[in-house]
Amino acid sequence: MTPQAAVKYAYYPGCSLEATAREYDLSVRTVCEHLGIKLAEIPDWNCCGASSGHSTDHRLACNLAGRNLALAEGMEVDIAVACPACYIRLRNAQNEMKQDEKQRDELTRLTGLSYNARYSTRHLLDIICNEIGLEDVKDKVVKPLRGLKLAAYYGCYLVRPPQIVAFDDPENPQCLDALLGALSAEARDWPGKVDCCGGSLSLSKREMARRMVGELIDMARRAGVEAMVTACPLCHANLEMRQDGADGNKLPVFYFTELVGLALGIAEARSWLKRHLVSPSGLLASLGL
Amino acid sequence: MQYFDKNGVAAIETNFATQVKEESGTELNRCYQCLTCSLGCPSAFAMDYLPHQIVRMVQMGLREPVLTSSTIWVCADCQACATRCPNEVDIVRIMDVLREISLHEGLVKERGVADFHHIFLGNIEQWGRQHELSLIIKLKLRTRDLFSDVPSGIKMLTKGKLKLLPERFKEIEKVREIFRRAK
Repeated sequence: MTPQAAVKYAYYPGCSLEATAREYDLSVRTVCEHLGIKLAEIPDWNCCGASSGHSTDHRLACNLAGRNLALAEGMEVDIAVACPACYIRLRNAQNEMKQDEKQRDELTRLTGLSYNARYSTRHLLDIICNEIGLEDVKDKVVKPLRGLKLAAYYGCYLVRPPQIVAFDDPENPQCLDALLGALSAEARDWPGKVDCCGGSLSLSKREMARRMVGELIDMARRAGVEAMVTACPLCHANLEMRQDGADGNKLPVFYFTELVGLALGIAEARSWLKRHLVSPSGLLASLGL
Repeated sequence: MQYFDKNGVAAIETNFATQVKEESGTELNRCYQCLTCSLGCPSAFAMDYLPHQIVRMVQMGLREPVLTSSTIWVCADCQACATRCPNEVDIVRIMDVLREISLHEGLVKERGVADFHHIFLGNIEQWGRQHELSLIIKLKLRTRDLFSDVPSGIKMLTKGKLKLLPERFKEIEKVREIFRRAK
């Protein structure tokens, strides 16, 4: 794609993508380049506060997210977010600041940045499915993922609450299934697609998270899938770490961008997958992928 | 107005519902106990009171049992309850407000979860961004739970999934200013 045709966004990776989800960040950046999405990282972005912020201090959460929104507004483009937990925090703060002048003034007083909620905040799954479009993605596929049976796992914050985040149905979303279909993989219907994995409790309530992950994995297996697909670094870490069973028997979990990368024939895609705790290499080899 | 039980302990506080309503901005008296929130709650199995019971207890002014419950801390923040509520009761916001009050008044039952939030936010104040390795180490020291997850931790280190040092951050004072204002 020519540079003129590229769609530009202010990129907010979020903290997980610097460490536990490094492969998500790498795959996002490379895949976006191939799809003509130009990402410029927001300079000096800070943590959005995640669940810990709004769980204990509402205004702190709003201002932490707000500083990023204001920095991005200075770049005069929409924001592209990779992590759904950051996505909901930024969307929430944007929503509140739009309606509340006092909150905007407070942000300016604390950070020296002005903010007028002029641009929108979007998740990369939304951008790829609805801005670039599945036809464009399909045209670029050189290595169809034929035979790969997957459970598209949306989790919580991509779809809930619908008045804040929705770009898809909150109970039975379809965009990730459709994207996997465009890569010629088989996204099976299954009942767990918007159930919570307990990711926010993965470190503080391990046993709870283990049970919640176990239920999801059971549902996915009953649907006959060989792997799960997520767009969330917290779900990914939680599903990998809190899954019971011997190493060889665990269900691999892909980031959706990794699968796009594989289907687009991007050579580095293999190196992203090497970072997983549950290796998908045996599964891919068995299908000649 | 407070009502006392036979031991002289404040059992009912009539202004509690108003306080929660005002701080959360949600009309919790619209709840008619349909149980949609509790039936769809993924954390329900670990709760001492189910979400619809918490809402009822807030309405009735049962301040202390609500603020000392496990429920408000084992809530996974999944947003299913508020999304599905037919009366648009924002239970997620109510839970946020209850946690804030519980923390403020030192009534936290699930110390481990509150500690996690405290350490998580402390790291942001210190470095601007979350640093996962130190989050895990600090949490282990605080909870004296040193040996769980060690094999997966080592695997994550060898796979380059845990950065040893935090990123350098330019305007850390601005972030600290946000924290100072919040305190």
